[in-house]
Amino acid sequence: MLDAFVLDIKIFAWSTPAIIALALLLAIARSSRNPALFPIRIFVIAYIDIMRGVPVILWIYLIGFGVPGVGLERPFNSPLLWGSVALVLTYGAYIAEVFRAGIDSVHESQRAASRSLGLSNSQTMRFVILPQAIRRVVPPLMNDLVSLQKDVALVSLIGPIEILRQAGIDKAKFANFTPYVAAAIVFLMITIPLTRTTDYLLARERKRTSATRVR
Amino acid sequence: MKLELRQVSKSFGSRTVLSGLDLQVQAGEVVSFIGSSGSGKTTLLRCVNLLEPIDGGEILLDGDEISKIGRDPNPIRRRIGIVFQSFNLFPHMSVQRNITLALTQVLGNSADEAHETAKSLLARFALVEKIDSYPDQLSGGQQQRVAIVRALAMNPEVLLLDEITSALDPELVGEVLDVVRELKGSGITMLIATHEMNFAQEISDRVCFLDAGRIAEQGQPQQIFANPSDERTKQFLRRVNF
Repeated sequence: MLDAFVLDIKIFAWSTPAIIALALLLAIARSSRNPALFPIRIFVIAYIDIMRGVPVILWIYLIGFGVPGVGLERPFNSPLLWGSVALVLTYGAYIAEVFRAGIDSVHESQRAASRSLGLSNSQTMRFVILPQAIRRVVPPLMNDLVSLQKDVALVSLIGPIEILRQAGIDKAKFANFTPYVAAAIVFLMITIPLTRTTDYLLARERKRTSATRVR
Repeated sequence: MKLELRQVSKSFGSRTVLSGLDLQVQAGEVVSFIGSSGSGKTTLLRCVNLLEPIDGGEILLDGDEISKIGRDPNPIRRRIGIVFQSFNLFPHMSVQRNITLALTQVLGNSADEAHETAKSLLARFALVEKIDSYPDQLSGGQQQRVAIVRALAMNPEVLLLDEITSALDPELVGEVLDVVRELKGSGITMLIATHEMNFAQEISDRVCFLDAGRIAEQGQPQQIFANPSDERTKQFLRRVNF
């Protein structure tokens, strides 16, 4: 069962950076103010609406079975690969909205200050807006990453042996529910330290940059 | 003529804020703008810095029309600094980084050069021990002085001060105004929107009273404050108990 858990972790580990990158890209595109980028904004909004509007499991089926189904050669016909792609595409859309909320929460006066110093729009985004936006959305972001960590198990439904499936197999073999409980504990062993670490990092950052705390 | 505004107009929706405003400012001149809230002082300064696009008229810097539609505002903004009422320091950056960001990213200075510029300017305004502090760790007066240093570091030809003491506790106003006093005479052209009538009288070469999006009256400070000719100016000065 631990082998299956390692597979979970692997899917999580390679999906997360791709998700964050895609989400940032989508959020920045959606928040851009250049009138010339209007078509891109429309495209991004449509993309996010569609990806968020359909259950993750359905995308995993559609992409995970659909794409290999067109007759790709190995290793590109692996449901595991396309299942991960489906996770990236859907979670990219969810998390893009988290980033966008963060970007919108940075006060307009910060943009004014930055532009008044001669920084361009993209420099302003990079140095002034995004660093503040990302700090603010870390807690909701962790929330989404924890649910991603759990949704990774969905990829198992289309093929690869992953912990939840292995637990099901073990349960069938031994006719008791202990494997499910064990699987739950293994998940918690990852998600709880992840959450606590973020809390700690945020508290440290607050302490470093702000005045004395109100009790 | 350092700066010239010709028939500048600006509306936000149906609300007209500037309606055909004319203004000429000589190099090195210190001009204050007084007037009630909503008279257009802040909008005027933001238009000069190109933060707000104007709807009509033109703005000239050294005879060069900077308000042309489609013109890249970034090289112009380097020459015109602005200090805001609410400081607008970058809260996630140290004082040093607040000052050096534009120096390195816009002017292309090396990190060492930028650090030296920041350090010497901070020393000039008795802030050098705050170089590694973050904005939230400073008093309002210190934050505003850092904001002034941040604008000055770009070595602007024109400095716009937008009600820079309005968000401060009364006892902190003095230290910020001292900085402005020191700047006068350094050759920098300053446009000051202010509610501090005493300060405007003391520091300005010229005072402009704004009303309904236009300069209703302008002149030397003694004349405006002691002997205003326009009825609206008189009313305004009475209202602020000056």
